[in-house]
Amino acid sequence: MSFADWIGAPVNWVFLVVGFLTLLSALKVVTAKNVVHAALFLVAALGGTAVLFLMLSAEFVAWVVVLVYIGAVLVLFLFGIMITRAPTGKDVGLDSPNKLLPALLSGATFLLLGWASLDAFGTTEIADLGEATSTEVLGLALLGRFVIPFEVVSFILLAALIGGVTIARRDLSPLEEEQRGAV
Amino acid sequence: MLLNQFLILAAAMFSLGIYGLLVRRNIVLILLSVELMLAAVNINLIAFEAVLRTSDAIGQVFAVFVITVAAAEVGIGLAIVLMIFRNRKSANVDELDLMRW
Repeated sequence: MSFADWIGAPVNWVFLVVGFLTLLSALKVVTAKNVVHAALFLVAALGGTAVLFLMLSAEFVAWVVVLVYIGAVLVLFLFGIMITRAPTGKDVGLDSPNKLLPALLSGATFLLLGWASLDAFGTTEIADLGEATSTEVLGLALLGRFVIPFEVVSFILLAALIGGVTIARRDLSPLEEEQRGAV
Repeated sequence: MLLNQFLILAAAMFSLGIYGLLVRRNIVLILLSVELMLAAVNINLIAFEAVLRTSDAIGQVFAVFVITVAAAEVGIGLAIVLMIFRNRKSANVDELDLMRW
């Protein structure tokens, strides 16, 4: 498949636009000077990944990303930012001063991963996807073949819920505990 | 569509996550970078599923699992951040050196 063929397909135009926006937002997540902006750019980056999932016919996962990440996790993040009173305006001390080594390391990771995937899957094409994966197939897989992992994940969520409440709860002082015991 | 275009996009996103993880000093921003890396992993899972077309949509099932575990991680992570902030009045990782010798 030549480059002219690749660029000729409309779906690849969509990919280029969405991918560019996703990467730009991802870059802003890690470089933004404003904490709230960084969290909001994560919304854009995850929205971009949801669009990519739709392109790859993974409709259910795309909407799960929108609901869980953009709907719930981001609210949690904004809540965390507000409650830790992180400076919501510009803050120069937000980043560590040594940026060279992390930049080199992440560049090297990118080169390694990129080289590995180019080497292994040179021109593997994603064939015409046709119908999107139906929620029925996913639901049957989740409650059939993968029912044990599914239950384990539910248990993790329950443990996280209880753990989160326990960790974040304010410990009572001995005096308060005594008063509570007296009532 | 080539498989590689998705894999390389995911690799770029993962590398940006690593950069953010190392450079940021605010705990909440470090957690944001971790989310980026998890999203990159999900792109890979979905892209491989689109190539392999397994009968049970295994790639998508595992993407759902990753999202669930990520949600649990954020919940616990922010609870820990809250507690650290209450005890130390700071969310800056450079100041959290209590366990360093």
